[in-house]
Amino acid sequence: MIKIEVNNKTTEAKPGEYLLTTLKRLNIKIPTFCHIEGLNPSGACRMCSVEVEGIPGTVPACAFPVYDGMKVQTHTAKVVNARKTILELLLSNHPDDCLYCVRNGNCELQTLAMELGVSERRFYGEKNNHKLDTGSPAIVRDPAKCILCGKCVRVCEEIQSVSAIEIIGRGSRAYVGTAFDEGLNISSCINCGQCINVCPTAALTEQSYIMEVLNAIHNPKKVVVVQHAPSVSVTLGEEFGLKAGTDVNGLMTAAMRKIGFNFVFETSFSADLTIMEEASELAHRIKTGGALPMMTSCSPGWVKFVEQFYPEMIPNLSTCKSPQEMLGAVIKSYFAEKQKISPDDIYSVSIMPCTAKKFEAGRPELSNSGIPDIDAVLTVREFAKLIRMMGIDFKQLEAEFPDNPFGDRSTAGKLFASSGGVMEAALRSAHYFLTGKEMDNYIVNEVRGQDGIKTATVKVAGQELGIAVASGLGNARKVIEMIKSGAMNVHFVEIMSCSGGCINGGGQPLKACTEDIIQRMKLLYKIDKEEQINVSHKNPSIVRLYEEYLGEPLGEKSHHLLHTHYHKRDVMI
Amino acid sequence: MTDLQLNDILGKYAECKREYLIPILQDVQEAQGFISKEAVQIIGKYLNLPSSKIYGVATFYNQFRFNAPGRYIIQVCRGTACHVKGSSNVLDALQRELKIKAGETTRDGLFSLEVVACLGACGLAPVICINGEFHANVDNAKAYQLIKKLIKESKVEADNVKS
Repeated sequence: MIKIEVNNKTTEAKPGEYLLTTLKRLNIKIPTFCHIEGLNPSGACRMCSVEVEGIPGTVPACAFPVYDGMKVQTHTAKVVNARKTILELLLSNHPDDCLYCVRNGNCELQTLAMELGVSERRFYGEKNNHKLDTGSPAIVRDPAKCILCGKCVRVCEEIQSVSAIEIIGRGSRAYVGTAFDEGLNISSCINCGQCINVCPTAALTEQSYIMEVLNAIHNPKKVVVVQHAPSVSVTLGEEFGLKAGTDVNGLMTAAMRKIGFNFVFETSFSADLTIMEEASELAHRIKTGGALPMMTSCSPGWVKFVEQFYPEMIPNLSTCKSPQEMLGAVIKSYFAEKQKISPDDIYSVSIMPCTAKKFEAGRPELSNSGIPDIDAVLTVREFAKLIRMMGIDFKQLEAEFPDNPFGDRSTAGKLFASSGGVMEAALRSAHYFLTGKEMDNYIVNEVRGQDGIKTATVKVAGQELGIAVASGLGNARKVIEMIKSGAMNVHFVEIMSCSGGCINGGGQPLKACTEDIIQRMKLLYKIDKEEQINVSHKNPSIVRLYEEYLGEPLGEKSHHLLHTHYHKRDVMI
Repeated sequence: MTDLQLNDILGKYAECKREYLIPILQDVQEAQGFISKEAVQIIGKYLNLPSSKIYGVATFYNQFRFNAPGRYIIQVCRGTACHVKGSSNVLDALQRELKIKAGETTRDGLFSLEVVACLGACGLAPVICINGEFHANVDNAKAYQLIKKLIKESKVEADNVKS
């Protein structure tokens, strides 16, 4: 440890760390736009400027390493003025349409302008006139609102290893764009939405379907059903001021009924269904010498990633539809038949932690005779907006239970929300399918936690099963490369596109820090520990669905409704 | 440009290092007249760089073109002397007349419009250069005339080819 002086107080710092890290630990609030926890600093925005004795001008704390005896001032008149001026310059070409902006009230630029006391326009800059990119079913890009912090570009490249976007041009004409300015919809973008999560303004937002959903709810001809992904109840509370790691499952169900959804179903139920099919598929592949390692296909960003970067690995993807699409398919078949409603009259909505699910819902192969399995996908953020729009006081609601026949879930299905969860759930059921006996202890510690890549060898029915779990597509790429080179020899691979899994998805509440993600994950493990049904094959609704309708996993009906196929995609990579 | 030509260029840079990106792009532009999507993808595979990154680097420099250049490349000088003598009006007039922006090519492939910093002929300001030929003291009217003349010229050429 070394000693440094911050605002005239002596304190300790770790040698080699950046000043911003030290200041954060001291709970000194320094504004940033371009800083991303865990990545190398880019020093692009200069908002974190501070004064260091002996150095003329100001230095960016995010990119300035501490040294023994350094004396730092974080809020002198000079520093505050510099930050304010930088902000005013950023605002000089901003559209100033806060009232009409999706991020109104939740915008880092707006908040900081308020905090730094910006009250008049001092600089008039030439506004850029790059086009709004609305072609993608998942993500909308508005270059006019971009402040060029570059975080989206770095997340896309350094964390996701996709590099769909880059800073194009230079100087005052620079903008964030795709190769040859193609729309996001035909670019290599995998729709994960991690760029939205880091965007300080509304330059990147999800493609919104709130009005479509509202119109369907108020259309008397439509039966509107809603499903919510396993991670939604874990994070939605944060949108209403609750602490990260608070489960709002019952309140959320109540809110959905209040909004006017006719039926509320759990995607965790169809996560259980996915496990039934996927665990059976794994067992089948191992027995018959099918393509191994089998790779999960629940994460639509990951599926597109394989289709465009590793088409030769498509046979390794599980043919199972994702839980969203499985539930969509049984809603418009089994449920429709049971309720005697025509599938045409059902409007199927899903609340997802994910923007790529919007893209997935539009895949032509995920429809039945032209009727899509899912009609509209809302992110957690959009859903929170819908709740507010309908004048619902969320915290005053009383908990309610979801509807049959898709209201039960096991905790295994719930674990899908976290990286490692699909693996853990699948192992629990695969063990039962292969041995006829339950696992002694359901917990598979090797696949839990925050690590980007987790591997283990588990013994099932006397056979050693190699497993790998990765989250964040940069890590997924590493795993694929290891598999291709022979450095990794496994049977089953779980990939989630976003670091930590769906609990950190591109549709989740904004401004979540690493600690929030850990709390969300802990909550899932707590639910798994406290509840009674811990394996998918014991979910009573699942048992009934197979008895009444599907027959058996991988059976003919399952094959038709619950499985799909993927294609090589020609995009500019 | 054929793949073969591109492979020849890449062959000159046997080490797949990303610092060769700009020389490779320059060679491609020289051979092909512009940087095509196809070329970017092949270069990307060779250097292990995403297309977006290559496009980002290439757009940083004014020297690279991303569309096949037209039959006539019109360069409008926007240097200081030309600016003082009204070159921005000339540029506007050309953009209006050709219905393209600087950096683009007309749909019929006849004209490309480019902005250059200084052509080194300040005494002739405002000056434009068409396929290497300088035109001095250009105003809007003169710019229109030049374009009309070139359109006529190209028609005559086309007729000659037919007969």
